[in-house]
Amino acid sequence: MALTREQLEKIATLARVELPTDNASDVADNVSRIIDFFDALNDADTEGVSPMAHPLDMVQRLRSDDVTEHDQRDKYQASAALVEDGLYLVPKVID
Amino acid sequence: MHHLDLKALSRGLANGEFSSVELTNHFLDRIKSGNPSLNAFITITEERALAQARAADERISRGEAHGLTGIPLAHKDIFCVDGIRTTCGSRMLESFVAPYDATVVQKLDTVGAVMLGKTNMDEFAMGSSNENSYFGPAKNPWDLSRVPGGSSGGSAAAVAARLVPVATGTDTGGSVRQPAALTGTTGIKPTYGRASRYGMIAFASSLDQAGVIGQSAADVALMLDAMCGFDPKDSTSSERPVETLDGALDMDLNGLRIGIPDVFFEEGIESGVRSSVETALDVYRTGGAELVPIKLPHLHLSVPAYYVIAPAECSSNLSRFDGIRFGHRCDNPKDLNDLYRRSRSEGFGSEVLRRILTGTFVLSAGYYDAYYKKAQQVRRLINADFQQAFEKVDLIMGPTSPTTAFSIGEKAGDPVSMYLNDIYTIGVSLAGLPAASVPCGLADGLPVGLHIIGDHFCERKVLAAAHQFQCATDHHTRRPTRGDS
Repeated sequence: MALTREQLEKIATLARVELPTDNASDVADNVSRIIDFFDALNDADTEGVSPMAHPLDMVQRLRSDDVTEHDQRDKYQASAALVEDGLYLVPKVID
Repeated sequence: MHHLDLKALSRGLANGEFSSVELTNHFLDRIKSGNPSLNAFITITEERALAQARAADERISRGEAHGLTGIPLAHKDIFCVDGIRTTCGSRMLESFVAPYDATVVQKLDTVGAVMLGKTNMDEFAMGSSNENSYFGPAKNPWDLSRVPGGSSGGSAAAVAARLVPVATGTDTGGSVRQPAALTGTTGIKPTYGRASRYGMIAFASSLDQAGVIGQSAADVALMLDAMCGFDPKDSTSSERPVETLDGALDMDLNGLRIGIPDVFFEEGIESGVRSSVETALDVYRTGGAELVPIKLPHLHLSVPAYYVIAPAECSSNLSRFDGIRFGHRCDNPKDLNDLYRRSRSEGFGSEVLRRILTGTFVLSAGYYDAYYKKAQQVRRLINADFQQAFEKVDLIMGPTSPTTAFSIGEKAGDPVSMYLNDIYTIGVSLAGLPAASVPCGLADGLPVGLHIIGDHFCERKVLAAAHQFQCATDHHTRRPTRGDS
């Protein structure tokens, strides 16, 4: 299926990305071609086949609710672009 | 020293023929002279390496050495190393300094290996040519106008040119095996869940698996022994006990049943690749193995299934890059949404952006059943094909890649053509199986890889078969003239 510019804009909004202004039609063409390529999956008879999310049949492990990690806030926040008093700074959200 | 295998290097260290500091300096010198043309490394960690080498020399003198103590290696720049820049090949993480070690890094540090640096890769491990790196493509030492494969292209190029004896990689859809094939090196991806994913920057979590690229099956076996094992920090780490691989690669080929899928030799395979692989299979036949034709009826759907599933997981995993807690942040955002959207679009390259868009699409309302659920159902059918095959055979073999190394730029404008280069490796990833690529000859002067696939947790059988091949042939000892001074 060929994605329209509007469909692509909607996906970009969901993914929180901007479409490149200089080659938006190339992006649309490429994504459309990739999605067309998926049509081959319709060749498979998957009636009654359960989806496989994971290669090994394993169950999610649980751990006891113990404190195992110490506070490394300063170290972790060293990677952030803007912090102040231990808080991450973002543009104003509420007027 | 750079032509020695890991065992010989370890012996040289133990016998005092050279120290780890000397060995480390030797390889650092090779990196300094070879890397400007190969672009195999993103970061060289000389100071850290020499400190590790000095510690290794002390450990060796105390008689407490492990087989990897004092041995130089490199990590793909997807593994977090505490205090070291970890870019994942992306502008997004251009200046990111990891605050902790990946488990694989920590395990190799613990045995006393010496990290020389971080190797180049396709951005966020998305690519088959290394052309998607923000830091420019790594080059193939066999021909600098050609790609080394991807996404672990820097590790493969570095080992092929002997800038480092061995390197880690990661494999989501073929990212260890395909670059190993294209550079004449030996690469293995163990069973999903065998090596910890903790600290390995996530692309597609149900597929990502750490692996190794080295000069021989014996070398990568030694590395895997040190890297693998249960890790409580990885929620999908296997608790199954790990088989020792080092020194356990003897195998009687007589009676070994090797499955040969017809689908591996159909259209698209280059004639030089086909003939090299067929000659390699003859080595096994001569040794007494039985070659059994098998069918993998859904394998032709593995590429489309993968390119639904992997981008879907990628779109979710990469949502963490928001421009706030780490990674690139745009200038002067006008509001929070603008901050998210511009930071991500500036930080991610075009292939990553394309996969995020594709993944978001297949997970979006109205398309989930048609694409994502369908692909997961096909994944089960592909896995069932392999399981049925392994009821009849011990291993499956074929080519690793349909082509030898292609020219830089040749497939860059056509994502689907690039995706199809992974046609033999992707089904194995979807099924979570262990698989290796070993050099099996040259076609027009470029390396060809033999793909050896095992059942779940049969790494030893895969590497034993690879080792027997390398005992009978010398393809793995051939070196590119480039960078082999």
